Amino acid sequence: MKTEPIIAFKDFSFQYFSQSEPTLHDINLEIYPGEKIMIAGPSGSGKSTLGHCLNGLIPFSYKGEIKGSLKINGQETKDQDIFRLSKIIGTVLQDADGQFVGLSVGEDIAFSMENDRVPQEEMKERVLKVSKMVDMDRWLTSSPYELSGGQKQRTELAGVMIDDVDVLLFDEPLANLDPATGKQAIEIIHDIHEESHKTIIIIEHRLEDVLHREIDRIIILNDGRIIADMNPHELISSNILSETGIREPLYVTALKYSGISISAKMYPGHIETLNMSDSMKSALVEWYKSVEFDNHDTSRSRVIEIDDVSFSYEKGKEVLHSATFQITEGEMLSLVGRNGAGKSTIAKLMCGFEKENKGRIFYKGEDIADKSIKERAERIGYVMQNPNQMLSQPMIFDEVALGLKLRQIPEEEIEKRVKKVLIICGLAPFIKWPVAALSYGQKKRVTIASILILNPKIIILDEPTAGQDYKHYTEIMEFLRKINALGVTVLLITHDMHLMLEYTPRSVVITDGDIICDEAASVVLTSPDIIDRANLRETSLYTLAQISGIEDETAFVQCFIDYERQVKHK
Amino acid sequence: MRTGFFAAQKLDTPIHKLSGITKLLCFLILTGAVMFSYDLRVILCVMVFSFIVLRISKITFSQIKLMVIYVVVFLAVNALLTFLFSPAYGTEIYGTRHVILELFGKYDITTETLFFIITKFTKYLSVIPLGMIFLLTTDPSELASSLNAIGVHYKIAFSFSLTLRYFPDIQRDYRDISQSQQARGLEMSNKAKIWDRFKRALSIILPLILSTLDRIETITNAMDLRGFGKYKKRTWYSKRKMDRGDAVALLISVVLLLGTLIVSVFINHGRFYNPFI
Repeated sequence: MKTEPIIAFKDFSFQYFSQSEPTLHDINLEIYPGEKIMIAGPSGSGKSTLGHCLNGLIPFSYKGEIKGSLKINGQETKDQDIFRLSKIIGTVLQDADGQFVGLSVGEDIAFSMENDRVPQEEMKERVLKVSKMVDMDRWLTSSPYELSGGQKQRTELAGVMIDDVDVLLFDEPLANLDPATGKQAIEIIHDIHEESHKTIIIIEHRLEDVLHREIDRIIILNDGRIIADMNPHELISSNILSETGIREPLYVTALKYSGISISAKMYPGHIETLNMSDSMKSALVEWYKSVEFDNHDTSRSRVIEIDDVSFSYEKGKEVLHSATFQITEGEMLSLVGRNGAGKSTIAKLMCGFEKENKGRIFYKGEDIADKSIKERAERIGYVMQNPNQMLSQPMIFDEVALGLKLRQIPEEEIEKRVKKVLIICGLAPFIKWPVAALSYGQKKRVTIASILILNPKIIILDEPTAGQDYKHYTEIMEFLRKINALGVTVLLITHDMHLMLEYTPRSVVITDGDIICDEAASVVLTSPDIIDRANLRETSLYTLAQISGIEDETAFVQCFIDYERQVKHK
Repeated sequence: MRTGFFAAQKLDTPIHKLSGITKLLCFLILTGAVMFSYDLRVILCVMVFSFIVLRISKITFSQIKLMVIYVVVFLAVNALLTFLFSPAYGTEIYGTRHVILELFGKYDITTETLFFIITKFTKYLSVIPLGMIFLLTTDPSELASSLNAIGVHYKIAFSFSLTLRYFPDIQRDYRDISQSQQARGLEMSNKAKIWDRFKRALSIILPLILSTLDRIETITNAMDLRGFGKYKKRTWYSKRKMDRGDAVALLISVVLLLGTLIVSVFINHGRFYNPFI
């Protein structure tokens, strides 16, 4: 390439003043105008820090020591300021809800122009134009509370594009979106790239989702260093993904299970480009036929029965219509559906946080209508998505013991039970530690421990793996599987399709307050109608089955699930 | 749960069409007039006016029910306290003393004090509907620009509107946290002892503060990245243009203010209207 790079890191290192070690080491990276780059890496690899260096949050908001050079448009960034950088690099942050500054869509898009003292008529004109590009022009007067996650994100995108920046930087754009909306987000980014030829940088750890559309180069960061800089096909045929703990696309895993070695010549970067020879196809079919199906035991008794339950927060606006389903003792199942479909409402009704308008909820055959929140908590535990919203004590011991203390259990027994539950949760060494010293995943486990201490028969977890990379995701989920093996029924509220596939044999799908499906995850994720109505997306395994001429896609997906379980738990 | 607090409705009345600045200015002018004057006749005029405006803006009683109850209770207590602390205040002001009912000690009910208390009661009662009208008919996003227009620095004005923006979120956080704490066994009834209540509040407030701090960090970054605070001034997307309606509203308010002043200066020769001489 003859042109000058728009972004050039040279022997660049960065260390936060609050940290004892640099977060980024010896970064050498050039990005050219019009390129579309993905920056991937596990949590703590420094990928967000790299993003902050680009948009100027480092060093202008987060202080630290910079070594080496970072030039944007040929100018050293540390000599500029965050305002000037924001005119070149526009950032869409991961939490679209949290960064929604305005009280309406139009106002939010105009925010940066307001700060630039642009006259009102010009603002209105430009807002209308940009909002059309992201298909939000009909929503200009809506407040953030009336919007879906995807719409909020599109608003943010418009708010950044209004400055006509050269580079669009997306910091974990998929983090809070359901699968279908995430897919749309990747498509929108792609369209903008095609039309405007802006430089695009996507920071994400969900590789397969980002590879829904083309990417020129993928940069892999690990422990603050760049360990790979290659195109998707090369990357996927290398060992780098498994070494860094980034999840490879599911179809690639399936190919590997069937003994096919992946090479760049197969163009394995996207399922659409994947080129399989006939011998590979027959190898896959062979494997598919050889896998033994698991027997699913369904003869156990029921722990929860939701019988014809309806609920509305406001009169006339029912959010749950005559829902009926059962949960079997000892199972691990998922409750899926788009945001606002009524998933959390069901959980809240079970815990007694809200009261159903109609219908009944049974716990082991007993109607629990007259049980208080406190009484229900001893049977049905609820773990919120954000551990910071649950942790109320400074010390781990006190946090876990809280539920027992409030129930006037004698000291000695509390100590015994806390110790026991901390051992189960792998937190025994931390018994005397302050909560603040723990990582996110550990905090999550503390909140689970503080619920398990009351010995509930079933625990409900709201999005337990949201925002977690593959390694932490696996850690949390394997932990839950262990709890499940001890006899605790686990209900997961989620829209993570990997989680459904890998951990919950059964999925209950809810859309607009109606339960539309109650089936095996492999059935749900291969039914186009359900996928569409619940804002899921079809798994690449489904496409792989089609490419290889396997007629029963559902059976193929089930085969993958069973095989994986057998491999992992031998 | 969508709207919650200042649920400004998007109705199409002449009042809703006024710009936020106009409404704020009219509110301030009329409040000034009513606060200045102790002439019951003048105050009643403003009160009638503010009730008419309340009617025009199609605010229903159910919307303001809670506020009305608070106000009436507050005013009743206020009137009672005025009487308890200075039962002879009316006499001091108006210079005469007509006892209606003799109670113990200095606590005689006089026409003068009664008249004073009624005047004061009406004063508040005529201003409060105006405040409600301002809050309930002004788009929250216009509040900040209105405050900025009357001289409040935009950073302060904006933080005000940001508070409105995040109020429902924090309310929701509070409810979620409180529910999960109840599940842990926290007793929410008012039977608990003071110390327990204090601890209970603490166990909700601590997580609430932490999650609010997270929000603040995110929003600050987002605002920095989009150039907030770059210049000494900023423009406002949602600011409404002044038109004839605004001019009329301001004119009416100013006329009422001038009327009040004229009555005070030329008829009452002071702030008080004295029917007793």
